[in-house]
Amino acid sequence: MKYLLMLLICILPTFSYAGEARDMADDPVLEKRMVGLAENLRCLVCQNESLASSRSDLAKDLRQEVRDQMKKGMTDQEIIDYLVSRYGDFVLFDPPMKSYTLLLWYGPFALLLIGLVGLIWQMRKRKTQIPEASLSAEDAQRAAALLNPPKDSQT
Amino acid sequence: MMRFWPFVVFVVLAVFLYIGLGLNPHEVPSPLINKPAPAFILPQLQDTSKQFSSQDMKGKVWLLNVWASWCVSCREEHPVLMALASKNIVPIYGLDYKDKNEDGKAWLRNGGDPYTLVITDADGRVGIDYGVYGVPETYVIDKQGVIRYKQIGAVTHESLQKKILPMIAELQAK
Repeated sequence: MKYLLMLLICILPTFSYAGEARDMADDPVLEKRMVGLAENLRCLVCQNESLASSRSDLAKDLRQEVRDQMKKGMTDQEIIDYLVSRYGDFVLFDPPMKSYTLLLWYGPFALLLIGLVGLIWQMRKRKTQIPEASLSAEDAQRAAALLNPPKDSQT
Repeated sequence: MMRFWPFVVFVVLAVFLYIGLGLNPHEVPSPLINKPAPAFILPQLQDTSKQFSSQDMKGKVWLLNVWASWCVSCREEHPVLMALASKNIVPIYGLDYKDKNEDGKAWLRNGGDPYTLVITDADGRVGIDYGVYGVPETYVIDKQGVIRYKQIGAVTHESLQKKILPMIAELQAK
């Protein structure tokens, strides 16, 4: 009886492994990789949130999809391509350089250039508008008198 | 002349902002338009022991309507689909997206069933393949199994008349 009990106690720890299959979320390395990737992807339901931070159902499903694909050994780029082929470039927070995104990428620089050209143009124009002030001999004398008053007038 | 410039800039900005007001940020153009519809095999809602394969639809123009009993806009869309179904123009296949089977069945019992057949996508995997991000969504799929149009949000009488029905007529004539 005693031996049987001891045997049972010895067997007991093996049952602790018989829990649920470990969720992929428990794998810290994979989870970190998934979050790193999902931070640069847009959640389509709450559009200003990333896939990593969104709590919408779809984001949850997509995170699981990303985990599954990582588990299958797909590279980050392959997973991004997979999502883009379904949801479009819209899922990327970092839009790719394409013919229709040229304005997005270079528009601000174009605006800056337009501003600079306008500024230079204005400054040149102003230079011609304001004539160089010339001082007559009489004015110079007055200015000198004002700037250097005679000593005796000081109190 | 110079002093009118701020006004011109203001008008240009106002026009851009006005156009921006009319845009719906939730309508994301689907990259799947003019691409083959992702193939799937899913159980039927009314009898889950039977399956339906999207391949069976080759040679037919059909609508794939993604809906769910928990979806509010689907209620708004439902009478429009019922009206369309009564005209017998095009088969409407329903994809019950991330729903409990009992809830989906109850919804059809109470509100009427416009669908030729309903299939269930309980875990939303086929939904991901189709780029579904908000229910309802409706796809027009042609005889070659290519997605020709995607309606995001509820199908309305207006979108039916303007877009979907003319497109179906054109595709069926091919």
